[in-house]
Amino acid sequence: MPHKLVPQPKLIFEKSSPGRVGCNLPVADTPEVDLKKALGPTRQSLHLPEVSELELIRHFTNLSHINYGIETGFYPLGSCTMKYNPKINERTAMIPGFTHIHPMQPADTVPGALEVLAQVQEFLCEICGFDSICLQPLAGAHGELTCLMLIRAYHESRGEGATRRVVLAPDSAHGTNPASAAMVGYTVKTIPTDASGGCDMAALTTALDETVAAFMVTNPSTLGLFETQIEEICRLVHEAGGQVFCDGANMNAMVGTTRPGDHGFDCMHLNLHKTFSTPHGGGGPGCGAIGLKAHLEPFQPVPVVIRNKEGKVELDDRRPHSIGRVSAYFGQFLMEVRALTYLSAYGKERMADISRHAVLNANYVKARLKDVLPAAHDRPCMHECVLTAQEYKKGGVRALDISKRLIDYGFHPPTNYFPLIVPEAIMIEPTETECKETLDAFCDALIAICEEARTNPDLLHDAPTTQIVGRLDEASAVKNLDVRWRAPQKVGV
Amino acid sequence: MLDTIGVETIDDLFVEIPDSLKFKGELNLPSALNEYQLYLKMALLARQNLDATKADWYLGAGLYDRYIPASVAAVISRGEFLTSYTPYQPELSQGYLQTIYEFQSMIAELYGMDVANASMYDGSTSMAEAAIMASGVTGRHKIVISEAVHPHYRQVLDTYCWANGLHVEVIRHNNGATTDFSTVDDQAACVIVGYPNFFGVIEDLDAARTAARKAGALFIVAADPTAMALLKPPGEFDADIVVGEGQPLGVAMGYGGPLVGLFACKQEYVRRIPGRIVGRTHDAQGRSGFVMTLRTREQDIRREKATSNICTNEALMALATTVYMIALGKNGLQSVATSTVRNTQYAREKLSSAGGKIKFPGNVFGEFVLELPKPADEVQRRLIDQNIMAGLPLGPYYKGLDHCLLVAVTEVRTKDQIDRYAAALAEVLK
Ligand SMILES: Cc1ncc(COP(=O)(O)O)c(C=O)c1O
Repeated sequence: MPHKLVPQPKLIFEKSSPGRVGCNLPVADTPEVDLKKALGPTRQSLHLPEVSELELIRHFTNLSHINYGIETGFYPLGSCTMKYNPKINERTAMIPGFTHIHPMQPADTVPGALEVLAQVQEFLCEICGFDSICLQPLAGAHGELTCLMLIRAYHESRGEGATRRVVLAPDSAHGTNPASAAMVGYTVKTIPTDASGGCDMAALTTALDETVAAFMVTNPSTLGLFETQIEEICRLVHEAGGQVFCDGANMNAMVGTTRPGDHGFDCMHLNLHKTFSTPHGGGGPGCGAIGLKAHLEPFQPVPVVIRNKEGKVELDDRRPHSIGRVSAYFGQFLMEVRALTYLSAYGKERMADISRHAVLNANYVKARLKDVLPAAHDRPCMHECVLTAQEYKKGGVRALDISKRLIDYGFHPPTNYFPLIVPEAIMIEPTETECKETLDAFCDALIAICEEARTNPDLLHDAPTTQIVGRLDEASAVKNLDVRWRAPQKVGV
Repeated sequence: MLDTIGVETIDDLFVEIPDSLKFKGELNLPSALNEYQLYLKMALLARQNLDATKADWYLGAGLYDRYIPASVAAVISRGEFLTSYTPYQPELSQGYLQTIYEFQSMIAELYGMDVANASMYDGSTSMAEAAIMASGVTGRHKIVISEAVHPHYRQVLDTYCWANGLHVEVIRHNNGATTDFSTVDDQAACVIVGYPNFFGVIEDLDAARTAARKAGALFIVAADPTAMALLKPPGEFDADIVVGEGQPLGVAMGYGGPLVGLFACKQEYVRRIPGRIVGRTHDAQGRSGFVMTLRTREQDIRREKATSNICTNEALMALATTVYMIALGKNGLQSVATSTVRNTQYAREKLSSAGGKIKFPGNVFGEFVLELPKPADEVQRRLIDQNIMAGLPLGPYYKGLDHCLLVAVTEVRTKDQIDRYAAALAEVLK
C-alpha cells in the first residue's frame, strides 16, 4: 500500500536554460521585416521556460505520477459521476475533420460538424423528454445561467419581468444554483428539506407567490434521492406562474429510466462531462447542454442548430426574441463529438443500462456500509448515496479524516460536507462502470477505517501519509498568497 | 449484489419513482454500435468537413490555425490528467495543481500582469466576467467597449450585461482603430479594447488608459496571447484586467470548442477574481505543495455572494497552453510571432497587388482587412473551390464592410501558398 515517495518536483522555471527550445517549429520563408517598424512598441523581456522536448515530457510525466485520475483507481466523488471515459471517444475526437475546422467558416463547408451537433441534440431530446436542446453552454453552471436567462426573458415577454425577482432553491442545492441566480439579478430564497429528504411542501407553498420567477430543483436531489413529489411541485410552481428548472447533474440516475421532461420541468441543464462521459480533464472542459420545453424555445441562444424538412442541418439566427449568445461559438464541439460517440455506442438497446447499473452500484455500497456509515435517509438511493460519519465526531474524527485515510488505502475520497444539510456528509457515487470487486475492496477499506476511527483515531488525523505531501496549510496559502513564479531580479549587472 | 441490498430485481431499486413517470416502451434512438462502427460513423461525418489540412487557411478572427507541437497531445491525453476531477483533494492532485501554478505564472508574465486565474470558459465569457467585475469594483453600471472587439464577444457581453442590469455603450471604430473615448465618463465602470483588435490593428493603449484613468473607470484589454511575444504587454500600459482567448497557444480550433479563457489582473483585485486560483503553501512537515486558494470567493462556499457562478473551468485546455508555452519557450514563441508578422506583411503586399486594397492604415499583427472590388462572400466562395479558405467576409458583422475580408496569416503559411492565394485572387477579381 505505501507508495514509493518521489522527490519534490521542481518548477519548470527552475529547469530552464537559455536558448533551449522544445519543438522544431515552422519558420517563415517570406522576407524579414523590421519588427519595430511593423508593430510599434515592442516588449523588453519575456520570461518563459526554455527546455528541450525530453525535459518537458519528463516534467509532465513525473507530475502525472503524483496525480490521481479515474484511470489510476476508483474515484467515487459524489455529484461528479466519475465514470470511465472510453478510449474510442478520444480517438474520434482527434480526427482532423473535427479538430481542424473553424466555427466561422461557411456552414455548408462543415455539414459533418452540423450533423454531429444535430444528432447530439436529438439523442438528448429523446432521453430527457424535452422539445429542444441547446449545446452552447460550456459547463453545468453555464447551463444553469442560460436557463435562468431564458426564464427571465420568458417572464419579460409576458410583462412580468419586473415583478418576478425571486428564485427558490432547496437548502441542499449545489452552490452554483444560487450563484447562477444572482448573475441574472435574482434574489435567492431557500426552501428547506423535510425529514424524509424531500422538498418541504409546506414551506414551498408559503414561498410561492407572484414574485417567484423559478424554482431550481435537483432531481434526483443532492441527497441521492428521487424527488417523489416532483409532479406536485411542478404543478404548484406553475399555478403560481413560476417556472421549474431541473439541475441535471444527476441525470446518470435517470438515463433510459425516467425523463425529466415528463416530470413537468420547463428546462434543465445537463453535464455531458458527467452523464455522457466526456472526460473532466482535471476540472474542465465541462460540456453543458440545456433542454427546453417549447414555450422557452423562442428565447434560446443564437445560432440555433435545426434540421429542416429535407433532413439537412442548418443554422438559424433569425430569432428576434433570443437572449443572444452565451458563448462565442457552438459550445464544446470536440466534447460533443465524444458524447455522440458515447451515445451511439449505447443506442436504444443499452441506454437504460447506464442508470440501472449506476443505481445498483450505489445501493450496493450503501448496503455494505450501513453498519459503519449509515445513510442520512433510510430510503433506496439513486446513483449515489449520502452517508453520515456523525457518530465518529464525538471521538474527534471528522468525515474529512475518514476521506483522507482512504487515500492511504489507495482510493480517491468521496465528496465531503456536501450537501450542506447532512452533518459529516460522505457522498459516494460509484458509477456504473465499476465492477463488484472494486466496490468490495473500497467498502472493505472504509469498514477498516471506521474501525481505526474507534481504536486508533490518530491514523486518520495524520492521513494521508503515503503521498508526496500531507495535508496542506490552506490558511497559510491565503495569508501568504503565492500564486505565481517570478523571475529573480538581476542584481548588480 | 441484489441479495446484499435485500431486493429481488434492479427494478425494485426504482420503487420511489412514481409509476406514471417511468419511461415505458422503446427510446426512439438508433441501435447501439460496436467500436468499429462507431469509428466509421464519426470518420464519415468528419470527412464531410472542409478542414485546414485540406485547404490553405487564412480564416482567423480570434481562433488561429497554428502549429501544435506533438508534445501537447502526448501530455493532455495522459489519463492521470485527462480523467481527474477538479483538485479538491490536493494530496492526490499535486501534479495538476503544479501545472496550474505554472500556467498562472506564464499567463501573468505574457500579459505583464500581477496575477492570473486558473482559466475561464472562453475568451468571450472571460471578457464578460471582467466587465461584471469592473462594475463590482467601481459600483458603476455602464460598460464601454470598442466596436473593434470580436463581434461575438460583444454579443456575449450584451447577454451577460442584460442579465446583470448593466448597460453597454459601443465606441465606433475610426478607420479600424479606437480613438473616440468621449463616452468614457464618470458613469463608466470600464473601457474595453482589443489588442490587437478584431481587424488585426494594434490599438493605441496609451490613449485608452488615459481616458479610463480620467474617468475613474477600469481599463480592460482583450489581448491575443501570441502577439504578446512581441508587443509591449498590456500590463506595461497599466491595464487593470487583461482577458483573452488561449486557443492560439496549442489548442485545436475544434469548431470553436473546447477553448480556454485567459484572465489576469492587478494584485489589488485578486480577491474579486472569478473562478479558481492555485497557490503555493506547505504541509505540517514543511514540504511545499499547492492548493486551490482564496476559496471564499467561490460559489460552493459563498453561494449567491460568490464572485461568479463558474465551477468547472477549462483546466485541460489550460494544461495544453502550458505545455505549448513550455515547448516553445521564449525563443519559440517569439519565432512564431515573428514568422506570423513576416507572413502577414508579405500577404499584405501580395494581395494588395492582386487587386485588393488594405482597408485600414494602422500597424497590424497577424491579420488585416482587405477591401475587394467585389462582395467578399462571393470571392470567398470562389476561392474555396480552389481549396483556399480566404478569410472572413465582414459584411455580416460591420455595416459598410461587405467588400471586406479579414485575412489571417499564421506562421504555418509559406511563401508559395501566399503566392498561390494572390494569383487565385487576381483571377477571381478579373
Ligand atoms: C449538483 C450540481 N449542480 C451543478 C454543478 C455545476 O456543474 P459545472 O461544474 O459543470 O459547472 C455540479 C458540479 O459541479 C453539481 O454537482
